[in-house]
Amino acid sequence: MSSCAEVSAPEPVFAEPWHAQVFALTVHLNEAGRFSWADWVQRFSATLKRHGLNRDLDGGEDYFRAWLETLESYLAEDGAVAPAEAEQMRKRWEEAYLTTPHGAPVHLPE
Amino acid sequence: MPHDLPDHPHAHLPPDPALRVKALETILTAKGLVDPAALEEIIDTYQNRIGPQNGARVVARAWRDPAFKAALLADADPVLAELGYYGRQGEHMVVVENTPQRHNMIVCTLCSCYPWPLLGIPPGWYKSDAYRARAVREPRKVLAEFGVALPPETAVRVWDSTAEVRYLVLPMRPKGTEGLDEAALAALVSRDSMIGTALPAAPGQAQP
Repeated sequence: MSSCAEVSAPEPVFAEPWHAQVFALTVHLNEAGRFSWADWVQRFSATLKRHGLNRDLDGGEDYFRAWLETLESYLAEDGAVAPAEAEQMRKRWEEAYLTTPHGAPVHLPE
Repeated sequence: MPHDLPDHPHAHLPPDPALRVKALETILTAKGLVDPAALEEIIDTYQNRIGPQNGARVVARAWRDPAFKAALLADADPVLAELGYYGRQGEHMVVVENTPQRHNMIVCTLCSCYPWPLLGIPPGWYKSDAYRARAVREPRKVLAEFGVALPPETAVRVWDSTAEVRYLVLPMRPKGTEGLDEAALAALVSRDSMIGTALPAAPGQAQP
């Protein structure tokens, strides 16, 4: 039996803030009726399978990267967010971070 | 250069996937498809309010209350809904009981289906290819790696979760816990014991 010596800090629920954000976005879209959870699971499972062909996924960062890829392709397919639109907005955010002084809140330029 | 130097010229640039998520959120919000307050609420719920303490409370109650346990094993959904634990994705919950004859263990070979309302967000290992593939193929070996050694007469049953059905393991009540109240019992019930990759702690033992 293990001793209390192995008591450690609890693992964070989400290792990175964006993991929580992409998770919440997906749950919210499902609850708003954008897609069924069964549909989501089917697509996500297919992405995981594809990613896992060449290497073993560790269930951490790679898991949420697969999650994000699934969500992006789902939204592209149903017409909510076209890939070009997403890429353009990503660039705008990148630009906003690179031009905002350190410590100031980051906003998209008007 | 470390990003927290005061003379650092610009805000710390988040990693690429973080920017992609922000992009989706901005676009969907602008189109009225997403409510940022709802996103906050979901994150807060899973980060702070839902976790294995919910499942532990259910297990402790089942250990003390035979009628509750019978109802839980027969049809978990209404029993859990009454406690406020229901699947937001409309899934069904099934509680599987460990006995001296059978040890239960849960996995999701599809992706990471998991009883969120009772256990929160799954740990990394539950989502790993290694666990997902091996739990079905060689459950005893996996259990041994988690430090669980079962008597040879105990069979291992692995339950594969889906989008529709999520499982929770009801572990066996440890010996020497007869006088304990619900809160003291719940403290013995770890997350992993409800996944089936651990056994509950003995009384007086610290929870890992």
